[in-house]
Amino acid sequence: MNGFPAIQPGPPVATGCVDTEVLRERGQREVFCGLTGIVWLHRKIQDAFFLVVGSRTCAHLLQSAAGVMIFAEPRFATAILEERDLAGMADCNEELDRLVHQLLARRPDIRTLFLVGSCPSEVIKLDLAKAAERLSLSHHGRVRVLNYTGSGIETTFTQGEDQCLQALVAEMPAQSATEPSLLVVGTLADVVEDQFSRLFEAMGIDRVAFLPPRSATALPPVGEDTRVLLAQPFLGDTARALLRRGASLIDAPYPFGVEGTLAWLRAAGRDFGIAGERVDTVAAAPAARARKALERYRPVLAGRRITFLPDSQLEIPLARFLATECGMRPVEVGTPYLDRQVLGGELELLGGDTRLSEGQDVDLQLDRVRVDRPDLTVCGLGLANPLEAEGLRTKWSIELVFTPVHGFEQAADLAELFARPLIRNERLAV
Amino acid sequence: MQLTLWTYEGPPHVGAMRVATAMRGVHYVLHAPQGDTYADLLFTMIERRSTRPPVTYTTFQARDLGGDTADLVRTTVAAAYERYRPEALLVGESCTAELIQDQPGAMARGMDLPVPVIPLELPAYSRKENWGASETFYHLVRAMVASQVPAPGTEPPARDPGRRPSANLLGPSALGFRCRDDVPEIIRLLETLGIDVNVVAPEGASPSDLGRIPAADFNICLYPEVAYTACAWLKRAFGQPMTSTIPIGIGATRDFIAEVCALAGTDAEAALQDAAARLPWYSRSVDSTYLTGKRVFIFGDASHAVAAARIADEELGFTVVGLGTYSREFARELRQAAKHYGVEPLITDDYLEVESQVAALQPELVLGTQMERHVAKRLGIPCAVISAPVHVQDFPARYSPQMGFEGANVLFDTWVHPLMMGLEEHLLGMFREDFEFNDTAAPSHLDGESPPREALPETSKPAPAGDDGCDWTPEAESELRKIPFFVRGKARRNTERFAVESGIARITVETLYDAKAHFGR
Repeated sequence: MNGFPAIQPGPPVATGCVDTEVLRERGQREVFCGLTGIVWLHRKIQDAFFLVVGSRTCAHLLQSAAGVMIFAEPRFATAILEERDLAGMADCNEELDRLVHQLLARRPDIRTLFLVGSCPSEVIKLDLAKAAERLSLSHHGRVRVLNYTGSGIETTFTQGEDQCLQALVAEMPAQSATEPSLLVVGTLADVVEDQFSRLFEAMGIDRVAFLPPRSATALPPVGEDTRVLLAQPFLGDTARALLRRGASLIDAPYPFGVEGTLAWLRAAGRDFGIAGERVDTVAAAPAARARKALERYRPVLAGRRITFLPDSQLEIPLARFLATECGMRPVEVGTPYLDRQVLGGELELLGGDTRLSEGQDVDLQLDRVRVDRPDLTVCGLGLANPLEAEGLRTKWSIELVFTPVHGFEQAADLAELFARPLIRNERLAV
Repeated sequence: MQLTLWTYEGPPHVGAMRVATAMRGVHYVLHAPQGDTYADLLFTMIERRSTRPPVTYTTFQARDLGGDTADLVRTTVAAAYERYRPEALLVGESCTAELIQDQPGAMARGMDLPVPVIPLELPAYSRKENWGASETFYHLVRAMVASQVPAPGTEPPARDPGRRPSANLLGPSALGFRCRDDVPEIIRLLETLGIDVNVVAPEGASPSDLGRIPAADFNICLYPEVAYTACAWLKRAFGQPMTSTIPIGIGATRDFIAEVCALAGTDAEAALQDAAARLPWYSRSVDSTYLTGKRVFIFGDASHAVAAARIADEELGFTVVGLGTYSREFARELRQAAKHYGVEPLITDDYLEVESQVAALQPELVLGTQMERHVAKRLGIPCAVISAPVHVQDFPARYSPQMGFEGANVLFDTWVHPLMMGLEEHLLGMFREDFEFNDTAAPSHLDGESPPREALPETSKPAPAGDDGCDWTPEAESELRKIPFFVRGKARRNTERFAVESGIARITVETLYDAKAHFGR
């Protein structure tokens, strides 16, 4: 990894986490599958509908992961496989066509339909790509039908978004322009997107597009002049698909915290031949504001020990932010899988004495948590209350993908998410 | 294939988890891919249990499928046994593992573990959560009492007259609706009747406790959705009688007391006059007059829905306008009840079908699950939750049973609370033009919970009302708007029905009042 400057304050690059031994574990994984991404993707892409082809378990997962059911009718559903589908008494493809017709009749507002593969549909080898092609033809001009997999045998949690965006990449029109354009990849809150747009514009980058777009019918073009800047660290396959379409990837850390955002913007600026001073000038006011806002939480977080259990794949950049900007001490940082192509830069910035683990054997990992007794453990919903009951403070990792946390204006909000359980613990006298 | 937005029940292995999680000394090894661990949060988040469910998942991945997933089962079973040392081990599979046919149960049985290994075969593509819970409980009970089953035809031994009668309380499970508070309520009731509780299961029981079930004189089938299969088998195998009344509501609790006392051979009179039962007086007090004939729609699991219908009808003076359940296993019981109240039974697990029924019937109160709460919220209809599935807020911190006399008190409060109070309702009807009495005004004691009316215009989807070719004059429309919103939907529907039946194409103010006179309130 080269090209972006060392981030201050932080350890020198040479002592980073790059060459630290990674603890690889294989056992029970307490993580969601890729279907969970639908919970935020269906809100972001407003004219798309997600139809999971799976089992009752898939439907139950989605409504449980959504936490509370959404007031409006959701833009996702499950086509539940039944015994007669598996026994060959019904033709799965005919059944799927019937359901899609039913769905489209009910929801005339749908412009893009994602058929989302699941564990059972993968195991019975139901060809959803073919189904999508067939359905696209029969609903030509009205609905585009795409497919991707969110199955637990192939994807964990946020990898579902990676697969979904990859399906969109194939649909992006070819770019004909010769002027470079910036493509920011990863679901961001609308408000954050607007903040970044203003910053890029002030830096002098006019041609900026976001993937996923708010409307799936407004896909940005891609080509040799497209520069890809990842906003989320779990989009390796999407990045590689964009590279195959001729785009190039900008090496950058992720825009978490003040320094992370600054380095992210600088990397983009450098790629567009914009002087670092100009980026700094543009970022000066929001960065200063964000540093000041962060100061409020530093006393709560500094010196506190934190462990991340593998979940959203945001663990490494967030640990970097909490260590370098908030003074926290990461004890163990677990990640479901380690994609060095998109996380290399972050690893350099993470302290060298952090235990890095990949994969999971949840019982063994919890044993380590009990020995380490960190001040805060970031984990999934299934584990949080049991750890609290053991006297360990926790932070639900799912909030980190449901809350605007990127960029300058959200840097303090991000710190606050970690500070809140600690502050609450101080407050409570029961 | 079935198109599903929200589901009332999870897959059957979640039912098995509800039994395992409720018990002590049981561990469940589930052959399942990554992602199925989401089910843990149902117990730790929604029910706020402080320990992880006793479940170990094999977590197989795509790359394992070509190799030896069976070996993964063996190593997982061995590791789970070593770590947790359960008294009994359940071994089963989730939907995906069912397709790869490793038969983990049989495999685990072949491992010669020093504890009972109970294989669970719960077909995920044809069955659902409650059935899974029921099967799991039945197989566990059967495994733990197997050695005690008498030869067929053996008469059960007569009870020693010096010993107090005793009963088992069967059915309370993890994630069960208000099981936590129903159980102590029923234990207290049995205490006043002089009946001992032998075993409560699955909640709080260990496998060895299950082994003591045959020692009781009879079984109280408190939650048939979970316990009926086991109770019916115990009746066949051990000649242990079982109860059939669910003690929810005053009338049902009295029937339950009579039934239990007949089985125990004790005197029911003392307990029948419980001073703690406030529902009868509250319901007879004049303030409750305004509840008369309130049109109520009921949906839930069969036991809770049928019980709610009886209370609504006999104990609160409501009118049951719709009754349904998602429990197909108990559809017969629900059909019977629906017939009694003169309504069409709604047996479905399709939430959209329930929603369109509610929209078409325009009830004044909805009693349902978390799904109906969302439907009612969309339609601006008051709602109370009476059955699983439920959200975290339906596991209240306070004691709030549904069963027994105290349960009836809780139900009175819970169902009446969402409604507009009597005089307030009148004032709203009289002074429609008052600027503070607008359509979004909620009952004054429910501050800040104004119903989101604008989300769904009364005549738009999914209610078919208004599409019958009826046309409203502007004067009639404006007269209709003077009717308070909580009965306006019904007024519109009745007027349109009246117009169609009378062959009136254009609804005037006169038609509106003709319809009012025709239908009554």
